[in-house]
Amino acid sequence: MEAFLALIIGSLFAIGLYLVLQAHLVKLIFGVSILSNATNLLIFASGRMTRGTPPLIPQNAANLTTSFANPLPEALILTAIVISFGLLAFLVALTYRTHRDLKSLNPDVITHESEPESVL
Amino acid sequence: MNLLMALPILVPFLTAGLGLLTRRHLAIQRRISFVGTAFLLYSSVLLLKEILAGGIQVLQLGSWPAPYGITFVADILSGTMVVITGLIGLASVTYSLQTIDRERQAFGYYPVTLLLLFGVNGAFLTGDIFNLYVWFEVLLISSFVLLSMGRSRSQIAGTVPYVVMNLLGSMLFLIAVGLLYGNTGSLNFAHLSLKLSDPTLAAVAQPISLLLLGAFGLKAAIFPLFFWLPASYPAPPVAVSALFAGLLTKVGVYALIRTFTLLFPVPLGEPNQLLISISGLTMITGVLGAVAQNEFRRVLSFHIVSQIGYMTMGLALNTRLGIAASFFYIVHHIIVKTNLFFVSGVIQLGGSFRLQQLGGSYRSSPFLSLLFLISAFSLAGLPPLSGFWGKFLLAQAGLESGQFAIVGISLLVGLLTTLSMTKIWNEVFWKDAPSKVSTKGLNTTQQLYLLVPITVLALITVVIGLFTEPFSSIALRAADELIEKQAYVKLVLQNTGGANP
Repeated sequence: MEAFLALIIGSLFAIGLYLVLQAHLVKLIFGVSILSNATNLLIFASGRMTRGTPPLIPQNAANLTTSFANPLPEALILTAIVISFGLLAFLVALTYRTHRDLKSLNPDVITHESEPESVL
Repeated sequence: MNLLMALPILVPFLTAGLGLLTRRHLAIQRRISFVGTAFLLYSSVLLLKEILAGGIQVLQLGSWPAPYGITFVADILSGTMVVITGLIGLASVTYSLQTIDRERQAFGYYPVTLLLLFGVNGAFLTGDIFNLYVWFEVLLISSFVLLSMGRSRSQIAGTVPYVVMNLLGSMLFLIAVGLLYGNTGSLNFAHLSLKLSDPTLAAVAQPISLLLLGAFGLKAAIFPLFFWLPASYPAPPVAVSALFAGLLTKVGVYALIRTFTLLFPVPLGEPNQLLISISGLTMITGVLGAVAQNEFRRVLSFHIVSQIGYMTMGLALNTRLGIAASFFYIVHHIIVKTNLFFVSGVIQLGGSFRLQQLGGSYRSSPFLSLLFLISAFSLAGLPPLSGFWGKFLLAQAGLESGQFAIVGISLLVGLLTTLSMTKIWNEVFWKDAPSKVSTKGLNTTQQLYLLVPITVLALITVVIGLFTEPFSSIALRAADELIEKQAYVKLVLQNTGGANP
């Protein structure tokens, strides 16, 4: 299971990096979302894989005696998903404004626009 | 529960909440924000006094013992950074009162600024690496909003590289956190420090430390990951630029210092050659970029990059004096750099940031010129200002550990900094004005709001320069705390119950 997951994570990182390196902001958005999912899977895998052993204490026992699935990575991933969702939403809105105001989604064209004008 | 430790985090958060509640009454919101940041500064000074008197402070939220609970730790480094955050926050809000337009205020400028301070203080005080990630995101998303708030095309163009690079940096950070957790089973700094001292983990510690160097280095804008900074910092209003210039990259430097002293320490006195080369290259590329620029805030932005090299240099030397010098340099740099951005804002009231279009400021506003000179000379490292002592301590630390090349580079870069500051001086203050520039366009109250923060910050750099002894002794104490990490670890993990070291 770990080996399979490692392959998946590796391929996702490769796809994500390829998309991020394209000179197009929309491709970059897809790349970033794939990369963040790859990262979440990596955290999941780092908590060790188990099958069918939920971390639930039976009703008549004081604590768990058998091995059980580690709930902490799920908590971490949940936080990371929420954060990356928020950031992604911001990135989409920013891309829309870039397209509307600068009439381009090519990073090279956009950075040429960063010549400052007088704003205070 | 140690309430004093929670205040630097709670105060900006609650103030931001009050600001949101009063968003339809901008006059009230402004007052609340000002009072809130003033109280933030006051409470962080109290915290620093407590740390200096009683040693490292620990707060376990929810009363779960470390390493299971949410840990906040304040040593001298954290405490000082929190005080500086309060100071720069107050200065920036005061400056904003006259310079931020109504439209930005209606979009929630003040609450977002306070949320930024909330994130920055959280990052300085947390004792847990995953929480550090969360605090980083809090301050990042606030900085995204502050950067993109407004109508100008240059702001959008500056925000795109900033957002993209920081997203990728956060991802690197998160990968490193996942790998750390997978290999050690812990996320608490103190607990990790214990676990990573196990020599069997040395093989995995090396790549993780490089990942973290990349992640924090990107946020600190070290070579070769700095190019987003000069593109984005000149875009927003001056009060925002100044706040970013002072605080944001320094959170990255703080995280570098924390990880490389606490998590991946090498024996004291053994220099980190990789970081030394990076520091040297950061200094040189930054200052050469600055010399080539012709716009006030772009020159200053490139100087931020160059100065980051000095801060990492002390850490890279890895001696007691080196770490103390880094600490001293961060404090000095935040104050001086914020102030230079403030000055550029007052000059810009004459109509431009472009050096060619400016001039004659010395004749029209000699007092402002004096304030600029103090900050510029301090940045370049002329005695008796704070920058001189920062560079002096760094050079001494470098010579003591026999790293002559980096000391030579740092002195040469100091010279080039003077050159580029002289260029600003000649163009903006000395030469005759193509169009008249003065602060006289403002009435006296408005001038007061701009000049008071500038004057106070300039005074602080003079005071640090003239009475260096207390400041450098605090820096040495901070370095001692960072080196003697057993005390930190023991304090955090005491009464741990189930935690086995």
